[in-house]
Amino acid sequence: MQPERRTYAFAVTECMAALEASRKSDTSILNSLAFRGVVYQVLLASGVILLGWYLYHNAHLNLERQGIATGFDFIGERAGFSIGESLIPFDSAQSYGRALLVGILNTLYVAAFGVVLATILGVTMGIARVSSNWLISKLASGYVEACRNVPVVLHVIFWASVIRALPPPREALNPFDGVFITNRGVIYPLPVENAIYPWMGLALLVGIAGAVLFARWAGRRRELTGRNVSTFWPGLGIILGLPLLVWLAGGAPLEWSVPALRGFNFQGGTSLTPEFVGLLVGITVYTGAFIAEIVRAGIQSVPHGQVEAARAVGLRPGLVMRLVILPQALRVIVPPTTSQYLSLTKNSSLGVLIGYPDLVNVGNTTLNQTGQALEAISIMMAVYLMISLSISIFMNFYNRLVAIRER
Amino acid sequence: MTEIIAPTGDTAALAPVRKAARESEPPPTEKIGALRWLRRNLFNSPLNSALTIVAFVLVAYWGVSFVEWGILDAVWYTTDHNVCRQAAGACWAVIAEKHRPMLFGVYPYDEHWRLIVALVVYLATVTLTLTPYCWKRSILIPLWIAALAVMGTMLWGGVFGLTYVDSGQWGGLPLTMVLFTGTVVVGFPISILLALGRRSRLPAVKAISVTLIESMRGVPLITILFFAVNVFPLFLPEGMEIDKMLRVVVGMAIFFACYQAEVIRGGLQAIPRGQYEAAEALGLGYWRMTYKIVLPQALRICLPGIVNHIIAALKNTSFVLIIGLFDILTATTAVMQDPLWRRFFVEAYLFVAAVYFIFCFALSKYSQQVERWLNEGRRF
Repeated sequence: MQPERRTYAFAVTECMAALEASRKSDTSILNSLAFRGVVYQVLLASGVILLGWYLYHNAHLNLERQGIATGFDFIGERAGFSIGESLIPFDSAQSYGRALLVGILNTLYVAAFGVVLATILGVTMGIARVSSNWLISKLASGYVEACRNVPVVLHVIFWASVIRALPPPREALNPFDGVFITNRGVIYPLPVENAIYPWMGLALLVGIAGAVLFARWAGRRRELTGRNVSTFWPGLGIILGLPLLVWLAGGAPLEWSVPALRGFNFQGGTSLTPEFVGLLVGITVYTGAFIAEIVRAGIQSVPHGQVEAARAVGLRPGLVMRLVILPQALRVIVPPTTSQYLSLTKNSSLGVLIGYPDLVNVGNTTLNQTGQALEAISIMMAVYLMISLSISIFMNFYNRLVAIRER
Repeated sequence: MTEIIAPTGDTAALAPVRKAARESEPPPTEKIGALRWLRRNLFNSPLNSALTIVAFVLVAYWGVSFVEWGILDAVWYTTDHNVCRQAAGACWAVIAEKHRPMLFGVYPYDEHWRLIVALVVYLATVTLTLTPYCWKRSILIPLWIAALAVMGTMLWGGVFGLTYVDSGQWGGLPLTMVLFTGTVVVGFPISILLALGRRSRLPAVKAISVTLIESMRGVPLITILFFAVNVFPLFLPEGMEIDKMLRVVVGMAIFFACYQAEVIRGGLQAIPRGQYEAAEALGLGYWRMTYKIVLPQALRICLPGIVNHIIAALKNTSFVLIIGLFDILTATTAVMQDPLWRRFFVEAYLFVAAVYFIFCFALSKYSQQVERWLNEGRRF
């Protein structure tokens, strides 16, 4: 039965009508479905309200007895602890509110990297699993089965321990020139800041917009004239060419800050902390396995006749994938991938285990210092709810773009 | 006039045909030689040939180094960590040396045999429960009552001359099993109620279910565990205390139930409206209709999803590391603080990963088998 939307007012009027009907027809009002529905709901709602009041009452008494402050006043107070890594300047003299903000930004930072890397890994492995190449597909399924049947907590702890066991800076691994992998994290070179770089970023955005406009124009032209205009190379040219022109116009400044060993640690370049790398690798490898399964299921959901038809009209294998299989598979892939992104974001809270200063880690320190467990945990839950909600709204919007459009 | 076979009466009439169909030979399989197989599966295009060669070289290289590290140069047994330090390969001796605290946590050392008995009883009970032969109330209910009694006696003790062990001292694999079973057993009925509540025609019931499900799904499990451990005691009246482990199990069960409820809701939505109408026409009330008609079909439809979340519940028990309950992973992490053996953490974690892998992989293979059993009756 389709659930009906009804308001209380409507239910009450219906209840009155049932009463009227029962008076006329001699059946007891107790047998009326509408009347029973109202009674059940009133009972349930009052039970929930009573329980809530009882818990609130107990909490109030307990907090008073233990002399714990209530309310969110602590947010403005001096935090008194320092945070290992931060996207915005922070020192221990600043407030708890600022510390929590640092935590939120760190959570978003690792989650954003994780989502991108897990998608790349998952799509690659998912396509590899349906490959006609026996060895490749077996390797991919080995990865998927091994990684998704082991808890994410173990993944994170394992990778964090691996990074802690790497050689110290003096004996650093050096896979590429200028990149060093040590137990203090990954250190890599970075161009020295120059006034021209923000303008190159702007040029990149303009280039992307230009490429999108060009692709639209090409599409319209194909619809009108039937003649195909290749968009890939011109688009790439616009996107990369504009920043390159700006760079050349600015005198082509290129100065790298290359890390070099001074004493016990590296100077120059920039680094990813070991906690960040451990957490990122752990959640990426775990979520990637789930995304690979989703991608495989999505590709296999496209009927084989579609592939045969596409080949019959003469499309090359790459184009069959891009124009025929993927657009249909995406409809199946997008909704479950959304929940994987959500769970990756929530799993980034495992940073607390290995000392990455994410929201839960900072919130936990706040909890221990102020003793205000209720408020600290409410803040964490509220922030995660908001993040989850934003991701679902964005992915629902994307899902509408790729969803099937029926006449 | 042609004779019409009534749909209800065809069972007996078609039995020989079905039997013949079932016993008929399978279609002949295509036999191909090894070379053709290689050509078809590994070298069917230039790109694939290149991929095969690259992948083969990598697999061979890593495989050989792994075999050298893990088998040929490995130390299998020693009580002296210095032997391991000098060896080039893996130190599996760390597992031989530390398996007791890893598997059983801080449970009193002399009583470990009780945990082994409890684990054997548990695994046997679960195995029997998963066998279709035992899917009868007359077997399952006595079986579980007996098993729970034995396991409770073994874990707690305090009777028959066994020393009492507080639940705070439970640890290792048995604790993982207790948390997992508790989560699923407590959570599953809640998940069914939530799924039904979310599809209820009563707005208040629906609102409460939706709020609970969506808010639980929006937050990480860690925050729920923090809540259960740090905040929940504040809500109890003075002098009342609930065991920490019980609070954690209930927290995980509600978390599990909210995910499971969404899976079951999917199954409920897939039931055709005619089924509800037919049940109502027969005069069944809401609960009887749900129990006899709707749920058996809905749960069968969403069985793969249900098993996925049960596997997730098993893996999620490892989150108790954060709040200091000594499950197998926490115990291993604690053991790996030992400065003499800590450098062999890879071996120890691989061992724990293998334990989780065996259970999770077996569960997922089992669910595929159940799907085949359930679909068997639908082939005709």
